[in-house]
Amino acid sequence: MDSPMIEMHGIRKRFDDLEVLKGVDYSVARGAVSCLIGPSGSGKSTLLRCVNGLQLADEGEVWVDGELIGLRVEGEHVVPLPEKLIADQRRQIGMVFQRFNLFPHMTALENVTAGPLRVNGAGKEEARQLALRLLDQVGLAARGDHYPNELSGGQQQRVAIARALAMRPKVMLFDEPTSALDPELVGEVLSVMRDLAADGMTMIVVTHEMGFAREVADHVCFMDEGVIVEQGHPDAVLTDPRTARAREFLKRG
Amino acid sequence: MTVTPGAARRTRREPRPGPWRYVAIAVIVLAALTLLDAALTNPNFGWPTVGQYLFSAVMLRGLLLTLELTAIVMVVGSLLGVVLAVMRTSANPFVSRTAWTYIWFFRGTPLLIQVIFWFNIAALFPRIELAVPFGPTLAGIDANALVTPWTAAVLALSLNEGAYMAEIVRGGLLGVDRGQYEAAQALGMRPGRVFRIIMPQAVRTIIPPTANQLVTTFKNTALVSVIGLADLLHSAQVVYALNYQTIPLLIVAACWYLLLTSLLSYVQGLLERKYSKGYAPRSRPVAKEV
Ligand SMILES: Nc1ncnc2c1ncn2[C@@H]1O[C@H](COP(=O)(O)OP(=O)(O)O)[C@@H](O)[C@H]1O
Ligand SMILES: [Mg+2]
Repeated sequence: MDSPMIEMHGIRKRFDDLEVLKGVDYSVARGAVSCLIGPSGSGKSTLLRCVNGLQLADEGEVWVDGELIGLRVEGEHVVPLPEKLIADQRRQIGMVFQRFNLFPHMTALENVTAGPLRVNGAGKEEARQLALRLLDQVGLAARGDHYPNELSGGQQQRVAIARALAMRPKVMLFDEPTSALDPELVGEVLSVMRDLAADGMTMIVVTHEMGFAREVADHVCFMDEGVIVEQGHPDAVLTDPRTARAREFLKRG
Repeated sequence: MTVTPGAARRTRREPRPGPWRYVAIAVIVLAALTLLDAALTNPNFGWPTVGQYLFSAVMLRGLLLTLELTAIVMVVGSLLGVVLAVMRTSANPFVSRTAWTYIWFFRGTPLLIQVIFWFNIAALFPRIELAVPFGPTLAGIDANALVTPWTAAVLALSLNEGAYMAEIVRGGLLGVDRGQYEAAQALGMRPGRVFRIIMPQAVRTIIPPTANQLVTTFKNTALVSVIGLADLLHSAQVVYALNYQTIPLLIVAACWYLLLTSLLSYVQGLLERKYSKGYAPRSRPVAKEV
């Protein structure tokens, strides 16, 4: 299929009198990795949260794999979906947060089985096997019975990735997954993400890691003040930006 | 004299107490002795009577009723509190305002009024009927038959308890990091499931004030004596109405309240220590980061 995995049309979002997204059109092809870059406060997280309906846009539509997110078409209009139906839509969309957000009262293994057991209604043993496989995939096979606070930041973030993958998502969203990590722990997380990209996962990665974007991304998007200023192939956007704003940002970064 | 470095010198780290400290101690000791003297020599304290009734059947029955009432009220009030707290944090303004109004009302009026009110509900609604609004009546019962002192007490204390517990539970829910809600939502959990991820984390902050609330509720049950329910205080009142030994019997009741609240406070202290430990690593610490 050639239709994009993620399509966003005319997304606008305002918080009180601050317009955070000012009409964003954005799409990500199937199996592609798109990196969202831009200064802090430019609306990257808000855009990302619109993809899985954690945030509902004021205007515009988000489509993931042919499904309209957070809304239902009723005749001429679109109306918001009830929260429980948006919740169902999120099952297909994994998300990884800057601050990991592992459930602190559960072991790494329980964190990873939480989705399959509590959302998908998988059997205990089935969920356990899946979780063990995923923990192995992120290099933490031996850490299953550790609680989050017994793990390093890099390990916690890898558990968080495994937790999201346990839902077998079509899409993975990463919101600055390495920004809260000590520099020496960034590599292990990026390496897991690199493997995931190589496996053909469709990914949006909000990041300040330009090296990662250059190497892994198929597409880079530079946002500033609620609009996409420039997008395209990483070599073009990162090496030879057309706009002054992107040049300025990349020089500083 | 030269001062040279040395570890052998004795150091006195507390400042030397001033003369006022001794004055204060003298005053307090004097007051305590006066009270003790009065307690021992004034026959109106009636210590023999206190001893006679402390373990009497009538007082122990009253104590049992007080404990039963406390237990029921805590359970019902806590459940109600959880429901109200969830309503209060609801995104639906109608739902959250409803909970807000409930809490405002029940915390804003004296509990004593609420107890008397529920006991006299029959004056307001002589018959309590199950009916479709503006439609037919499905079933009805005489309010006086339904609202005994016991049901009035349970109703009044539980409804009031719910309002206080709601604020405690809400504090606990708000104390859980936003990121925990988002992580649960991002996994595709529906609101009920999200709640079951959040609640265990909220319990850590909910337990200590709940234990405190339990002590308060235990003492508040004494208010039901005004509607003639044979609790600890009312049992004392019944006895002194007959033998006029008011003070000794109040002392008996107070002794039991004091004993039980002390016990509860002790347990509360244990719980607080247990839950304030937070999420310290169990055994395998890692290098601290971020
Ligand atoms: N829930 C919210 N309520 C109010 N303002 C918000 C909220 N979320 C984000 N913002 C504001 O929107 C702007 C963009 O935020 P964000 O999308 O997080 O930017 P970025 O991720 O690019 O740093 C910021 O000014 C931020 O303060
Ligand atoms: Mg952000």
